[in-house]
Amino acid sequence: MNDCHGPAVATLPPPETSGKQHVVAIVGPPNSGKSTLFNRLTGLRQKVANFPGVTVEHRMGRAKLGHLREIFVVDLPGVYSLQPRTEDERVTHDVLAGTMKGLPKPDAVMLILDSTNLSRHLSLAAPILSLGLPTLVILNMADDLHGRGGEVDAKELAKQLNTPVVLISASKGTGVEKVFEFLNAAPQHLPPKPPLLQLPVLQDVPKVRDWAANMSRRTNFRAPAPPLWTRRLDGIFLHPVVGPLIFLLVVIGVFQTIFAGARPLMDAVAAAIQTSGKWIEATMPNTPLRSLIVDGVWSGVGSVIVFLPQILLLFLFIGVLEDSGYLARAALIADRTMARIGLQGKSFIPLLSAYACAVPAIMATRTIENKRDRIATILIAPFMTCSARLPVYTLVIAAFIPEKPLLGLFFGTRAAALLGLYVLGFLAAIITARLLKSTVLKSTRAPFILEMPPYRWPTMTSLALRLIDRSKVFLRRAGTVILAVAIVLWVLANLPLHDGKAPPIGDSIAGMVGHFVEPAIRPLGFNWKIGIGLITSLAAREVIVGTLGTIYGIEGTTESMGLQAALRHDLTPGGAAALLVFFAFAMQCMSTVAVVRRETAGWRWPIIQFAYMTVFAYVFAFLANRIVSLWF
Amino acid sequence: MQMRFNKDAEAGPRNLTALKKGESGILERIDLAEDAAQRLMELGFLPGHSVTRAHSAPGGDPRVFRVDGSEVALRRETAVHLILR
Repeated sequence: MNDCHGPAVATLPPPETSGKQHVVAIVGPPNSGKSTLFNRLTGLRQKVANFPGVTVEHRMGRAKLGHLREIFVVDLPGVYSLQPRTEDERVTHDVLAGTMKGLPKPDAVMLILDSTNLSRHLSLAAPILSLGLPTLVILNMADDLHGRGGEVDAKELAKQLNTPVVLISASKGTGVEKVFEFLNAAPQHLPPKPPLLQLPVLQDVPKVRDWAANMSRRTNFRAPAPPLWTRRLDGIFLHPVVGPLIFLLVVIGVFQTIFAGARPLMDAVAAAIQTSGKWIEATMPNTPLRSLIVDGVWSGVGSVIVFLPQILLLFLFIGVLEDSGYLARAALIADRTMARIGLQGKSFIPLLSAYACAVPAIMATRTIENKRDRIATILIAPFMTCSARLPVYTLVIAAFIPEKPLLGLFFGTRAAALLGLYVLGFLAAIITARLLKSTVLKSTRAPFILEMPPYRWPTMTSLALRLIDRSKVFLRRAGTVILAVAIVLWVLANLPLHDGKAPPIGDSIAGMVGHFVEPAIRPLGFNWKIGIGLITSLAAREVIVGTLGTIYGIEGTTESMGLQAALRHDLTPGGAAALLVFFAFAMQCMSTVAVVRRETAGWRWPIIQFAYMTVFAYVFAFLANRIVSLWF
Repeated sequence: MQMRFNKDAEAGPRNLTALKKGESGILERIDLAEDAAQRLMELGFLPGHSVTRAHSAPGGDPRVFRVDGSEVALRRETAVHLILR
């Protein structure tokens, strides 16, 4: 599962070798250690890419071969066969057959198999060898195999298959040098001779499996003892009583990480941004350029970068859960509950991640093979209360709800209001899921199948690479989309010039746009200033806070007030309630729209989703305004 | 449609749901559409092979089955279509 890669489609620079691009593909079943090997070979010289027209992604990287030579390595999705039934299998098949657009036919293939499960994994060797490409068979997890008393004769297997075979441990790094040797010679490799045991008819799964069993028998394969530790741990993690308790602890742990754990780091980042902003203000002469940099760029982009620690911590958490094998158990435990709203266990983690940010959550839905379940999960994920809503909630709640204790010292009216907003988002997600699953996305009869990998220690390299990857994606977004919005807003709020000076905000272009949309949002209790905020927050929800700060700061009547006081001056309690409800339900996030478009390979779903959520938000914000206005 | 057969299937031939924890059985056939059956076979649910019931989620559904060196979880609605010898 590759949940942690960015929405940007990568274009790789040409290789440094002259002449033809040399590409070697890594193929293997899920959980065979493909990604670990890929990370070993390429390190940081890797990028995530998408093939045109398909949602399946692959990773491309360059392996250094010494003497300034490099070779492209492509990591394909995990598959059990090359029968093109799922999109993953079709992509793998097309790449290896050389019919995938945008990628030359690979010069060679590295087939990576889990040596502890050789007789089954060898089934994939049959379709791979029948392609006739130079192939290196990599038997991975040698340490685990030997540790559990298993044995395999790699030399004999090479003789039987008529292709080179190496026994390695990708996580420990033993034997990887032999893989490099193969890569080094990749352009000169000759197509393999057929295996000694004639290849079976590939469509006949039992025949292929018999072939694999025969093959492993000929190589004196001794299966390892059952993974005792995995069974012992499952005895705890899947225990009828202890299991759900641990599951709850993990969920609470993720939540704590998102909120409390990330707080000091976020405060530190915020302080750094503020200090540097002040420093720029002090060092630069008072020109429009300074205003653009400090008020536009620094506060706009800064308000988003603050979320980086939170997102990284979440991904660290998910990375550990996934690499250790616990994620599959969590999906198993959650399956029944998720089935009640028409979804399945694999939807659980994406939805949980959506509490941090919908963008990684939507990327995490890649683990859901059932396409309809996956789309349903994508469509409801943005209803989960993501961290970008928090600044908006915090501001409005603090401005309008007086703090009174409800249940002891730690649970007051404000916390209750915040919790209520979380519940609102969750309910909207459930209602939408049920609606979708009983109509347009009614499940096909594709069964729920979940393989339970053995527990393994997560490796630091793989975790570190995930986090670096996430940071790059996040900062790229902050540096492009959000930077652009901040600059555009600043320009629109300062034009047209009146006597060479910035106009009153109401007469600026931004103000005119706000006045233009005012009639549409007046039923919700919003005026034109909130209207500008709603428009700028289309880029990202939290932008409204900065926007309102800018507008109130410029405008005469509210100039001297703090943001909270200005908001109270500007909004009725009904309008405030409507604003909260609107932000709970509306899809105010360009990044989410972009990632949904990418993950569903088209504009259809993001447009439907955006329209649905906006209407949903408008209707309930209207009701909230009316109902609250009855009392206050 | 498929759901309606579940009750019949349970009353009918012995299937994977009949296995108690730790108990094994030999798979006879898979009564599912071609695609689903092939996928299950790739994971090791092959006719003539042994299947052992392992842990389950709290509440007993889905259940984990040990086949061909790996562990795979199936929902009850799927497991009833895997017929034992």
